[in-house]
Amino acid sequence: MVIKKASDVRSSEITPKGVYLRRREFLQASAVAMAAAGFGAWAGVGEAQTTRTKLKGPIKKSSFSTTEKVNLYEHVTGYNNFYEFGTGKDEPKVNARNFKTTPWTLEVEGEVAKPAKYALEDFIKPYALEERIYRMRCVEAWSMVIPWVGIPLKDVIDRVQPTGKAQFVEFLTLHDVARMPMQRTGVLDWPYIEGLRLDEARHPLALLAVGIYDEVLPPQNGAPIRLVVPWKYGFKGGKSIVKMRFVEKQPRNTWQVMQASEYGFYANVNPNVDHPRWSQARERRLPDLLATTRTQMFNGYAEVASLYSGMDLRKNY
Amino acid sequence: MKPIAILKAVAFAAALGPAAALVYGFYTQDLTANPGDYITDQTGWWALAFLVISLSVTPLRRLTKWNELIRLRRMLGLFSFFYATLHMLTWVVFIHFFDVKFMLADVAEKPFITVGMATFLILLALALTSNRFAVRKLGRRWQKLHRLVYIAAVGGVIHFWWQVKADITEPRRWAVGVAILLGFRLWWNWRSRVSVAVQRRREPV
Repeated sequence: MVIKKASDVRSSEITPKGVYLRRREFLQASAVAMAAAGFGAWAGVGEAQTTRTKLKGPIKKSSFSTTEKVNLYEHVTGYNNFYEFGTGKDEPKVNARNFKTTPWTLEVEGEVAKPAKYALEDFIKPYALEERIYRMRCVEAWSMVIPWVGIPLKDVIDRVQPTGKAQFVEFLTLHDVARMPMQRTGVLDWPYIEGLRLDEARHPLALLAVGIYDEVLPPQNGAPIRLVVPWKYGFKGGKSIVKMRFVEKQPRNTWQVMQASEYGFYANVNPNVDHPRWSQARERRLPDLLATTRTQMFNGYAEVASLYSGMDLRKNY
Repeated sequence: MKPIAILKAVAFAAALGPAAALVYGFYTQDLTANPGDYITDQTGWWALAFLVISLSVTPLRRLTKWNELIRLRRMLGLFSFFYATLHMLTWVVFIHFFDVKFMLADVAEKPFITVGMATFLILLALALTSNRFAVRKLGRRWQKLHRLVYIAAVGGVIHFWWQVKADITEPRRWAVGVAILLGFRLWWNWRSRVSVAVQRRREPV
């Protein structure tokens, strides 16, 4: 398999940024035009798709990172559950290739001292980027190891200062039918909503990711900013987040709304509680053929156990 | 060679195509990040596809009056069984690696696996009795037994439908296909019964 290496020189260092951005828009527009003309399958759309941009600034290493073997970039970016861009695992990569994430506004609202709308750059600016190499366990019984880059959710929460009433945080994905084609269908209840209890959200492991492999997060992985909660099933990680809402009552997350008997609010990785269609006792570490890797409680992140002491995790699945 | 013999040879080669593509894709590491699931999905898809194709032989034969088409039916049915066997083996080997305890739990607790296993057992019974010896030995009962293929087709669609998380577009397509093929048979039987009745009425008393 050929692994394309990202250029060491950022395009933005060669060309003035304004021109560079306009060039991309031009390419995307022409790609759309060509697709419309019926040449989409082979025309120059690959240009937008293969643009890989290094993240700016230093990236701290983290002691939370696992030393397990990291999955291939092609696997992490070519095998995605992102229903806004298609229900097939290979569809988001294709259908999201022209997804525009600049400008991007992120709104913080609800029970906080400082509700505000931020341009994404401003939202991220106060924090140092960190690399977090985490296991990602999908509810479908497969897992990967992904080198995320992001900012600790806890730091963000401390900054926006939730009021005493805030018990939960909701994360809302962009709802824009023109940009997310599958939102035309009723396959899920849009927008995609996820939520965490405030103390879960404040756990040092919880991350708002803006990149992978030291590069800007590709659209199919939830660009420009997404949630990563490594001790929970992957669907808890809301993608392309436009809103964080601090609330008093437990939110109803999208998959719970879809099928409450199969998907709960907590969705902690738990080998002892089976999903009706997948045994959760074991998993397939991609790209293995055999699905015989034993699944660990909390996906191996035992340090979160105290968040759930006294709770019946069979009921609160 | 007669046209039907040529068609049969072509169909045989084409039917091996999906399996060949999987073998090739495996060696070139081109079966997605999750080759195990990909092989399971593909073999399951083709098992259902060949079941549906074999069920369309009779309607085609009736509509075209090309009766020799019947000579393709057993082969197509056996290809469905071939892919269903591979599909089932991916579950035995990849998912459970021969762990009988896990497999039994799966069959007992997961409705889509229960239905899938039942469907496979039907196909197994039909494959085992597809030879001339069995046809001769079973006589009239052979046809009765092989009508189970209708149940297998419905079972295959249900198995597909129930394992889908949210997007039922594809299993719904198969459901429509199977409904049309089974509906054709009901319609054909009804039509021939009516025409017999009409003929009888016209006979002089």
